[in-house]
Amino acid sequence: MSDLTAAELDKVRSILKREPNETENGIFTVMWSEHCSYKSSRIHLRKLPTKSDRVLVGPGENAGIIDIGGGYAIAFKIESHNHPSFIEPFQGAATGVGGILRDIFTMGARPIAVMDALRFGPLDDPENGDRNRRILEGVVGGISHYGNCFGVPTVGGETVFESCYNGNPLVNVFALGVFRHDEIFFGRATGVGNPVIYVGAKTGRDGIKGASMASAEFDEDSKDKRPNVQVGDPFMEKLLLEACLEAMRTGAIVGIQDMGAAGLTCSTCEMGSRAETGIEFDLELVPQRETGMTPYEIMLSESQERMLIVAEKGREDEVFAVFKKWGLDAVTIGVVTNDGMLRVKDHGKVVAEIPNRELADEAPLYDRPHNVKPYRPAPMQAPEFKSRDLNADLLALAGSGDLCSKRWIWQQYDYTVRTNTIAGPGGDAAIVRIKETDTSVAMSLDGNARYCALDPREGTKLLVAECCRNLSTVGATPVAATNNLNFGNPERPEIMAQIVEAIEGLSEACLFFDTPITGGNVSLYNETLGEAIWPTPVMGIVGLLKTAEPVTIPFKQQGRTVMLLGGLGDCDATRFGGTQYAKVVLNNMWGLPPALDMDYEKRVQSAIREIVSHGHAESAHDVSDGGLAVALAECTVNGVGASIEIKTGLRPEFALFHEGPSRILVSTMVPEKIEEIARKYKVEALRIGVTMNVGLRIGDGFVTWIDSPVDRLKQVWENALAEELSPVHV
Amino acid sequence: MRFGVVVFPGSNCDHDAWYAVSHNLGHSAEYIWHDSKTLGAVDAVILPGGFSYGDYLRCGAIAKFSPVMAAVREFADTGGLVLGICNGFQVLVESGLLPGALLRNRELKFVCRPVTLRVETVNTPFTSAATKGQLIKVPVAHGEGCYFADDATLTMLRHDDRVVLRYVDNPNGSLDDIAGICSDKRNVMGMMPHPERASDALLGCTDGKVILESMIHSLSAAAA
Repeated sequence: MSDLTAAELDKVRSILKREPNETENGIFTVMWSEHCSYKSSRIHLRKLPTKSDRVLVGPGENAGIIDIGGGYAIAFKIESHNHPSFIEPFQGAATGVGGILRDIFTMGARPIAVMDALRFGPLDDPENGDRNRRILEGVVGGISHYGNCFGVPTVGGETVFESCYNGNPLVNVFALGVFRHDEIFFGRATGVGNPVIYVGAKTGRDGIKGASMASAEFDEDSKDKRPNVQVGDPFMEKLLLEACLEAMRTGAIVGIQDMGAAGLTCSTCEMGSRAETGIEFDLELVPQRETGMTPYEIMLSESQERMLIVAEKGREDEVFAVFKKWGLDAVTIGVVTNDGMLRVKDHGKVVAEIPNRELADEAPLYDRPHNVKPYRPAPMQAPEFKSRDLNADLLALAGSGDLCSKRWIWQQYDYTVRTNTIAGPGGDAAIVRIKETDTSVAMSLDGNARYCALDPREGTKLLVAECCRNLSTVGATPVAATNNLNFGNPERPEIMAQIVEAIEGLSEACLFFDTPITGGNVSLYNETLGEAIWPTPVMGIVGLLKTAEPVTIPFKQQGRTVMLLGGLGDCDATRFGGTQYAKVVLNNMWGLPPALDMDYEKRVQSAIREIVSHGHAESAHDVSDGGLAVALAECTVNGVGASIEIKTGLRPEFALFHEGPSRILVSTMVPEKIEEIARKYKVEALRIGVTMNVGLRIGDGFVTWIDSPVDRLKQVWENALAEELSPVHV
Repeated sequence: MRFGVVVFPGSNCDHDAWYAVSHNLGHSAEYIWHDSKTLGAVDAVILPGGFSYGDYLRCGAIAKFSPVMAAVREFADTGGLVLGICNGFQVLVESGLLPGALLRNRELKFVCRPVTLRVETVNTPFTSAATKGQLIKVPVAHGEGCYFADDATLTMLRHDDRVVLRYVDNPNGSLDDIAGICSDKRNVMGMMPHPERASDALLGCTDGKVILESMIHSLSAAAA
């Protein structure tokens, strides 16, 4: 049985000029799956900016590469493992980490940081809470298992809870690696006559057709798909990393690519296609974990920790010697040819014969109908609501799933291994130094499905702005981006409209903030029983800064001036509907996301970078989810509080909890210097208060809205997640 | 001084130990591959953290059979300084160079965070530069760091002043808050926390340096 449509099958026939056999049919099915071919999104992805002076390699390779100066470069990318993580959370998430790490080191870079964007259904969901907790614990356990053993620090990420993820959790993993410019490798099978070498783990029956599973919705039978989820072996991956990097240094390797989605099929035809060559190999030579595997199974297996290498003819032994040292299989299975064909043999008999280019690059592209309004799960009209106890509101927000401390999660990740982590989990952005240079890399992951559900275009622009603001707040200049587009079924026009709007918003914002997209991932069909997730684009943006001690979120000393760079911002009832206040306190959603003035935002970011890099800020924190009051509460977690006065005409809920962008909290000994820089960039810099020892007090000069001991706020914020899960020592 | 850092397949803190010795302390460090039968001309050996051979059985259970461990044992028997950090501690315990066992953390989860340690004795070459009772902040990062020993062993360790480091805030359920112990000849120490990760001011803390500095002082004193 084929998963290809009738029209796709016709296209296969016209390429082959005959009927495909079962193996060929399977090969086309996975290569032309949504997951591998981006057939529904590709025509829109072309709208994204992909170039800058720093971009050495853009989309299309295993990862994007950015020049960081001094002869060094970084490779980074984000990828989803959503479907497998729902079916088998631990292995699904673990192999998600494994897959993205291979994408990085197949290019020659040593992975030095991982981050994760996770989405789950609410842990206290009356119907699905138990399952949601089990999925979260499994996913976190899987990431911890794989990343810690491999030896890459997991330096940050984000975790968000919404009901729309009850049946469709999201696991998006970002990885970043470092290397010298002259150490970059590509997945190209160049040099006719060169040997094609298989290295790493043996091929088994696991993960067969995983790519096509990831391109379908879930239904009642989905639990039967558990055998489609691969099993990861991080130790094997660690050996593979060291062996590959060492083998690359011999100079005997011409091209290399990992076997990820669609395994041996994808790596062979893509390497051949990029080099405009053919590849001929015999399945008999492929190391196998089980007996009696059919050509179909071997070609479609997604067994983990495998790589395909094209070596220089006559220098195979140099490659073999390295892999032998690391105790890994390395076997010549075939040869590069000049006819452009992927020719698969089994004991000498041809079992599949397909032109590489057509298979890898000529999947049918669809301009799916999207000429309708994007699906909106909420009304435009704002409801009336009465003021309540603002202190209780703040505590509710501080202890809510999205805003509370995620220590329970990140404490299970080794975030200090490799001794580069200058700023780890829990900050606005993570910072990892590059030891060989005086440069550090900052990175931030961000997504906000509430904003994107209300307006996919504006919501996506807000994400890009926030990521760049996070980076700027730690003093880094944003330089490039990767993105993971998580959506529902693109065959539904109202979903496809979300996708198109989001991509266009992404394009506009990335162009404006000078952060070209160097690669990424699209995950569609995130639906269970016909219910789609809210549109969830996730951004991963990297920035560069000079290596130095970091400026962090918490207030450090009492008696410092607290300043709000960017000003109080504005909000009306419509723009309040996507906030955490609306979600947590009012259990509601409506209207539009906060308004973004990109030009003003960019100037605020320039200002904070100058403030931080000149050492004028003792602490700095971006105001985002939960608004100003939550940001202030987060600044008090080290025990230093503040007395804040906000002069505003807004109602207190809006003033305290609106999520207008372009705002950053700073504590400082030199407020006049900050004002000077703010004037230069024509942005507001308000003196809103002073740090003090005991509590957090916020008022408007007449009425005290918030008056809370900082340890009470901290206790609620710090313990909320652990109370839902199992206890953990702080 | 010359430090040898053993590299097992799956070691992943080998580079960190090497970097701490060579860059943060300015001494020379070299890697020793696991199938090497000799250590070369080194003054001290570090067994680094990681997941030797994947640690799919018990942590360190396979590493003890590696050729290099025979050389490490011989080095230790002749008084050489051997420091096992994290997985290195597990390997020392499995190899019988140190008593007791390291079990899964009390909460059955990997834990990565800074912990405060108390230096319980300065009568070791690993703590001679510290002061007794000194509190140092050093990160842990392990899933199986819960120290356990039978009563007789524990009594012996206490009696012989071999409990070198204790947790002030026990992160893993270790018996008697034990974070690090030394051998009867005091030249082999195992500890779960990572001193090599706390030896660079840029990363926020240099409290771990005192362990490596003690080793260097002891070696210098012995050489003089």
